[in-house]
Amino acid sequence: MHVDEATVRRIAHLARIKITDEEAAGLESELSAILDWVEQLDEVDTATVEPMIRVVPISLKQREDVVKDGEKADEIVANAPMSKDDFFVVPKVVE
Amino acid sequence: MTDLTKLTLSEARDGLAEKDFSATELAQAHLDAIEAGNSNLNIYVLPTPDQTLAQAKVSDQRIAKGEAGRLEGLPLGIKDLFCTRGVRTTACSKILDDFKPTYESSVTQNLWNAGAVMLGKLNNDEFAMGSSNESSAFGPAVNPWRRAGSDDKLVPGGSSGGSAAAVAADLCLAATATDTGGSIRQPAALTGTVGVKPTYGRCSRFGIVAFASSLDQAGPITKTVRDGALMLKVMAGHDPKDSTSVDADVPDYEAGLGAGVKGLRVGVPKEYRIEGMSEEVAKLWEQGIAWLKDAGASIHDISLPHTKYALPAYYIIAPAEASSNLARYDGVRYGLRVPGKNLIDTYEETRSAGFGDEVKRRVLIGTYVLSAGYYDAYYLKAQKVRTLIKGDFDAAWETVDVVLTPTTPSPAFAIGEKSGDPLQMYLEDIFTVTVNMAGLPGISVPAGLSFEGTPLGLQLIGKPFDEATLLRAGQAIEDAAGRFPVPKRWWV
Repeated sequence: MHVDEATVRRIAHLARIKITDEEAAGLESELSAILDWVEQLDEVDTATVEPMIRVVPISLKQREDVVKDGEKADEIVANAPMSKDDFFVVPKVVE
Repeated sequence: MTDLTKLTLSEARDGLAEKDFSATELAQAHLDAIEAGNSNLNIYVLPTPDQTLAQAKVSDQRIAKGEAGRLEGLPLGIKDLFCTRGVRTTACSKILDDFKPTYESSVTQNLWNAGAVMLGKLNNDEFAMGSSNESSAFGPAVNPWRRAGSDDKLVPGGSSGGSAAAVAADLCLAATATDTGGSIRQPAALTGTVGVKPTYGRCSRFGIVAFASSLDQAGPITKTVRDGALMLKVMAGHDPKDSTSVDADVPDYEAGLGAGVKGLRVGVPKEYRIEGMSEEVAKLWEQGIAWLKDAGASIHDISLPHTKYALPAYYIIAPAEASSNLARYDGVRYGLRVPGKNLIDTYEETRSAGFGDEVKRRVLIGTYVLSAGYYDAYYLKAQKVRTLIKGDFDAAWETVDVVLTPTTPSPAFAIGEKSGDPLQMYLEDIFTVTVNMAGLPGISVPAGLSFEGTPLGLQLIGKPFDEATLLRAGQAIEDAAGRFPVPKRWWV
């Protein structure tokens, strides 16, 4: 599967990563090579195979629906690059 | 006094119990070794000497009172993927910047509860994505081994390169590590150390920076199989904070090590005899078979027919899960922020500056295979292939108890030698990745030296939650092969 430069740019935008023109050119060939390589999976007949959705056959546990943790807004914003009054601060999103 | 850093974990435990030395002396010996060697080896990205000595002091008090825990006073290195409360945790990525967790990972908490002492945070590939430790934002960790007659700097493998190098260079008694496609076993093989990747669900993933959640698993890197048994016992166990952690008894692995391998059925898969396997690795594999046979095991040829598809399926599943997990690094809640024109632009600038090349590559691959119209062709297909890979092993367990393979196709390579070609680097995991895909336990045990005088490992693969048998078989290989200490401390 060859991915062209426009596709690389579209994917980069979906992934919210800014890429330079130089990076786009390099990624075009690198991503194409990786996708070509994984195409060998087409050799495997999986028509009747179920996808693996669980690594170990356990069912998820349920817990009591009670509050055990909280009241620590200061800890939650402690590592924020910008915060004010226990809120995260972001650039203006609504005019 | 003898050099305390040369002790194994279990020897140091016994020495502390006999009061041959104190926890503070043991900690100081390691801090001195780090101080002397770290600038050449780049193994610790953050030594924590104040905390080390404070914890050692508490251990000495507990030992004096007869209240020693299982790992009381034993100094360990911690991979920088484990969150440590109040101590900078970066996953060796710029994007986490100066992140100081306000909580502790469950695995490290288990270690501290048992009395262990932290020496600091260890280098690894950025977000554990790599097989050489070269993708770290702190620069590559260096393998303490060198090729005979050469001063070239070799990689320690990855992603747990700092963990493996630290153990090999005696800069800690043992280290924590994580393994998503081979990241414990491959660096262990390349540094002459023992690496245990437990069954998926054996160790809690809570507080470990996530890479690929259906594949990630924590485990130890140690100097001996016995040390691996001791560490795993403490690291493992059910944790309500991780819904995939399994509520099952954790046996006393160390107590079972001496039972030997008489009657053990060992499978040798023909599909691992790949083209391009070096002659020395092929020879070592034969040697391993002979050792286990001599110790009383029976050898059986088996087939794991979907082996060759494990790596390509992994390079769909792991990047897909990574692209989802790494979406959290948005420059808002923690870590780096690079201001942009608006919020979207801030995300894009931050992630562009914060992620390294390999991480970007994988996030983009993952975004692509999960994007509209491609999900069935890639991700779903890979999940189906994963079922077939697990099925191969399920069939094998009808006739054998463990599987023996080489850990890597070749020994440690020089820094820079493979970094230009991502696909070439991915092949490093060709023998280890099936184990993660099937959720099984695996161990790498040092077994011999390459023509270049650098270490090689053999891998044993076990049934789910049967780490005990794996460790017992690993002990048999160690007994036959002996240990492989680094011949020369050139870094001091």
